[in-house]
Amino acid sequence: MSGSALTYAIIDGVLTGSVYALMATGLTLIFGVMDIINIAQGIFVVLGAYLSYEIQLHWGIDPFVGLLITIPTLFVVGIVVERAFMSRLKGPEKTAMSILVTYAVSLLIEGSLNMIFSVNDVQINAWYVNRSFKLFGVYFAYIYVFGFILAVVLLTALWALLYRTRFGASVRASLADQTAAALIGINVRRVATICFGIGTAVTAAGGMVFGATNAFNASSSYDLISRLLTIIVLGGMGSLGGALVASIGMVMLEDVVGVVWSPVWSTMTFFIVLVIVLSLRPQGLFGKQLARTA
Amino acid sequence: MKRKSTVRVLAATTVAAASLITMAAASTASASSGGLAKGAPVNIGISLSLSGDFSADGQAFERGYQLWAKEQNASGGLLGHKINLIIKSDASSPTQVVTNYQDLISQSHVQLVFGPFSSLLTVPAAQTAERFGYAMVEGAGGAPSVFQAHLSNVFDVSLPVANDLMPFATWISSLPKGQRPTSAYYVTSNDPFTEPQLPVAQKIMSKAGIKSLGFTVFPAEVTDYTSIADKVAAAKAQVVVLGSVDVPTVSAFMQAFEQAHYNPKAFIATGGPDQGAAFLKAVGAKNASGMMVPNAWYGGSANKLSKAMVAAYIKQYGGTPADINSDVAEAYSVGEVMTQAVQATGGFDNAKIIAYLHSGKVMSSVQGPVKFNKLGENIDPTAFTFQWQGTQFVQVNPVNDPNSVKVLFPKPAWKS
Repeated sequence: MSGSALTYAIIDGVLTGSVYALMATGLTLIFGVMDIINIAQGIFVVLGAYLSYEIQLHWGIDPFVGLLITIPTLFVVGIVVERAFMSRLKGPEKTAMSILVTYAVSLLIEGSLNMIFSVNDVQINAWYVNRSFKLFGVYFAYIYVFGFILAVVLLTALWALLYRTRFGASVRASLADQTAAALIGINVRRVATICFGIGTAVTAAGGMVFGATNAFNASSSYDLISRLLTIIVLGGMGSLGGALVASIGMVMLEDVVGVVWSPVWSTMTFFIVLVIVLSLRPQGLFGKQLARTA
Repeated sequence: MKRKSTVRVLAATTVAAASLITMAAASTASASSGGLAKGAPVNIGISLSLSGDFSADGQAFERGYQLWAKEQNASGGLLGHKINLIIKSDASSPTQVVTNYQDLISQSHVQLVFGPFSSLLTVPAAQTAERFGYAMVEGAGGAPSVFQAHLSNVFDVSLPVANDLMPFATWISSLPKGQRPTSAYYVTSNDPFTEPQLPVAQKIMSKAGIKSLGFTVFPAEVTDYTSIADKVAAAKAQVVVLGSVDVPTVSAFMQAFEQAHYNPKAFIATGGPDQGAAFLKAVGAKNASGMMVPNAWYGGSANKLSKAMVAAYIKQYGGTPADINSDVAEAYSVGEVMTQAVQATGGFDNAKIIAYLHSGKVMSSVQGPVKFNKLGENIDPTAFTFQWQGTQFVQVNPVNDPNSVKVLFPKPAWKS
């Protein structure tokens, strides 16, 4: 194993991990506010990738510029899904039921995408997708660097929204205790709907980068969702910072193990770390210890 | 008293269960014996990966089966019976494929079954079919694991995959010393289709002095290939042999290699580049040039049966011969072989069909001659290597085959 391979593994881990953070953030936000495990998050990522692909193919709009269209579009999709399905889930079985309902939503969207686009794999192409630049003797792929910058910008914006705005205060109050939040006049229902929209909207960005770095079809969502779920469990369900740290940590660990040892052991090593963390901190790295009340 | 009644209940349950099993077995035996009423359709059950990891291949297989059924029905069906395909989706799951074949045989009472896509699903599918005495003729289960199961009912009409890379390895080893690459990297998914192929190539190439710089196996469920591909690129081998089953894997390696400014002299992938237009669309037509893939069939094949199938395919779906996924030909061949077996045995009795397929008779298919050994491997086909040259998908190995064109070597630079 050469030193350069290890350097690349670490760089890849940080750059790629940040993109996974974009995808996982929505998942953990939705769980944090709504107690919903959104199995459809993987298909939303793929939907975002298809939207970027189509906008570029038919209108010639650069995928990054196209986010100005795809992010609001997925926000609306999220709102519609929340109002149509999630808002009807109530009671103590809500979280368990949400897995089934969002899985059904996922299958519905997957089937529709297969009918529209067929199962043939496609990939987003732009001048920066396959190119790279050299810095300190190391090649940096433009797409991963741009994806990293995008992740930093959007996660910072999300942080500002949550910690520097009145709406953010409502979200944080709902995250902490929905009943108490409702008692002080916060419209928890409305906050939940918007959070679901935001959680879906950020996948547009993650989906765009995913679609530029991978050939994909609607079935690509299956591999994604299992990875996203493990990220938010490690980071702590409902923790935005946890999603970021776990994403980068997980991808970097897998990449380094893959290079130093063997890719076959990458995933297993990650799960060993996950089990150790959960046995020491069952709530995940940054999760809250006390269970919230609905 | 209570014990007595429990014993009675148990006995009654046992008798009822035994009766049900006997009835089900009788019903299945009758379905598979071939006693079809005049004018009744012959039902053929198939489980395919219409969603999930193998969906692109699964849907191409569906087209191949449907095209065969349409063509065969146009020429009178099977022994005068119209062919009716009952296709269930297994979502690329080895568990679901078992359920599907159980349902097809015991509930739908199909007369025949055709195989699913991939060696991974063929083993459990064939085991299920064997329990009911059904022949499992298939086109995409050529991995050693399929034949190592020693099933008496499995027949793979395609090339056994372990030998797929032999023409490529033989060709590259035979190059004059000045042109022959000096190093190679072998990297493969841990899939039963891909993994057995690489050691065969590695052995041949090592004998010719082509040094192995690495042999890396990665899990089939990887979502990010960057670090693995970067590791290969860092080794700077002159040849890369990639064990892949789909377009996304090949595309990811191509992308990472280009980003690392690494262009091997020869790059062959076991699956992905054979998917016709779908491959070009994903990787870009300019970058595809020089990419190689082993297979037993391609759209430009000179085989008469293949030409007829290609014409029928284009008539139905449009496009060009290069657009046709080789999965279509594999599925079509399954239908052709079963047709010959049914005609030779004069019915749909699976026991007779199995015996006929084991008899060593040579049959014909769009992929070439088919002859099975006792394990169900097709021992007659020739392995070829194909290459993308511009937007043309052409046969390049074996070099002495009249239909082979000159290999584009070294591989052109990436052109994104």
